Amino acid sequence: MTDWRILPMGEAAVLAECVLDDAAAANAQALALAGALQPDFEALPAIRSVLVRFDPLRWMADEVAANIRRRVDELAPAAQADGQTLIVPVRYGGVHGPDLCEAAQALGLSVEALVAQHTAQPWRVLMIGFAPGFPYIGPLPASLALPRRATPRPAVPAGSVAIAAGFTGIYPARLPGGWHLIGQTDLKLFDPMREPPTLLQAGDCVQFVAL
Amino acid sequence: MLRVIAPGALCTVQDLGRAGYQRFGVPLGGAMDRVACAIANRLVGNPPTSACVEITAGGAVFEVVEPCVVAVAGADLVATLNGEPLPMWMSVYLATGRRIAFERRRSGARAYLALAGGVDAPVVLGSRSTYLPGSFGGLDGRALQMDDLIRPVPGRSQRDLVRLAGCAWPAAVDYTPLIRILSCQHARDLLPSADVASLTAHPWRVGAASNRIGVRLEGPPIRASQSRDVASFGVFPGVIQLPPDGLPILLMADAQPTGGYPVVAVVIQADLHRAAQALPGDELRLVWTTIGEATQAWRELQRLLALPVEEDDGTALAAASRG
Repeated sequence: MTDWRILPMGEAAVLAECVLDDAAAANAQALALAGALQPDFEALPAIRSVLVRFDPLRWMADEVAANIRRRVDELAPAAQADGQTLIVPVRYGGVHGPDLCEAAQALGLSVEALVAQHTAQPWRVLMIGFAPGFPYIGPLPASLALPRRATPRPAVPAGSVAIAAGFTGIYPARLPGGWHLIGQTDLKLFDPMREPPTLLQAGDCVQFVAL
Repeated sequence: MLRVIAPGALCTVQDLGRAGYQRFGVPLGGAMDRVACAIANRLVGNPPTSACVEITAGGAVFEVVEPCVVAVAGADLVATLNGEPLPMWMSVYLATGRRIAFERRRSGARAYLALAGGVDAPVVLGSRSTYLPGSFGGLDGRALQMDDLIRPVPGRSQRDLVRLAGCAWPAAVDYTPLIRILSCQHARDLLPSADVASLTAHPWRVGAASNRIGVRLEGPPIRASQSRDVASFGVFPGVIQLPPDGLPILLMADAQPTGGYPVVAVVIQADLHRAAQALPGDELRLVWTTIGEATQAWRELQRLLALPVEEDDGTALAAASRG
């Protein structure tokens, strides 16, 4: 339980944050906790936390926090969601990934080595956020960790595969964005007419494949 | 059924939004002022999940193309029926050919036009709400345009309709531009140097970039010496974030479900409808409160929303026939 910090966020929500150093383990714990809290609470998992919203006329924040602590203690220590693995074909570089060369340079890698590392293993979907269907995938190793671009682009094309801040992501739609664009996929990540609307969910795995 | 003659600044179809879809990155969305939306629906006999037209800042004109019963709640946008004042907070029967207009802002920002039966639009991800940045929900994912038809969900007979007219709301909704907030440990931990207390020291001006996603608060910036990178976490309407420029952002209906800026305070849920009635240039004041007071305010608001409507006293029908 010492791995968790629980903060009230107003009278009708608490944020439970996993403070484990290991980012992958913290994410697995957050996903497992969110699963354990539903359907009793509205629980939204993120990279290393769970937002729990509740009716303040039914619950007090202290009671919700106690409830969270009890469920945390019941989580399996090696809890890991059994997500599906999605193969994501990517055209790297050129017009599809205008920042590939610059990103490789900044990382001290050749373009080939960057692509080889990006496609070397399946990565975990840690959270869907930022925009409908945008997956935060990783955590990437330090060798692929870059800060966001100094100046965000006003519009990034749909399907852009990007890296920044220790994650890789895929833009589900034309959106403003500050990540480094390294490639593009034809997969449609978000469709509001589909149920569920996203191709990926937190806990799934992504294997990038170079076309 | 109504036809849009002029959409004014912005009209969209909104209901109570998409609870449960935030783990797909989908904002909650829905009416900015959920109180007015709920009351407008109650007045025309709709269930609370029905969609309304959210009318922002005035300039909107509609023509009745089939008899219907409507109710307007929320901002006072000088609503008129064929040029005569249209009573607000009351259900009104409208005959074919009448025109209703929302001429200009007198007070508030957003009015809600409920239609007996509920405004019809395809249900997308559990809601009829328009999400403009994602171009889905409502009418083809866009704002209302000239000549759009606002149809009721089919199923109500004409005789039912007449019976619905003339219901009045028995209590006033408090729109004082004073927003009660609760402090949040999050910013105290992440930005120990930030002078969070100054949130309540002066009024804030609503910034020009404010919209359905968030209200940007302009005033003396709250500077903080350092900010470490935070992993994105779940947020919701009412959260006040502090980006590096020191100008707080109050998240509203269409806010992304996750964010990475430190949270300096959270607006109590019972006061969100007040923030929803502010437009760029307006002033908002923040004031600290306690969890106990926030919960009591929420209880009172729920009691208000559960009040029985007052049955016809003849005013509404008289107003309708005058128009």
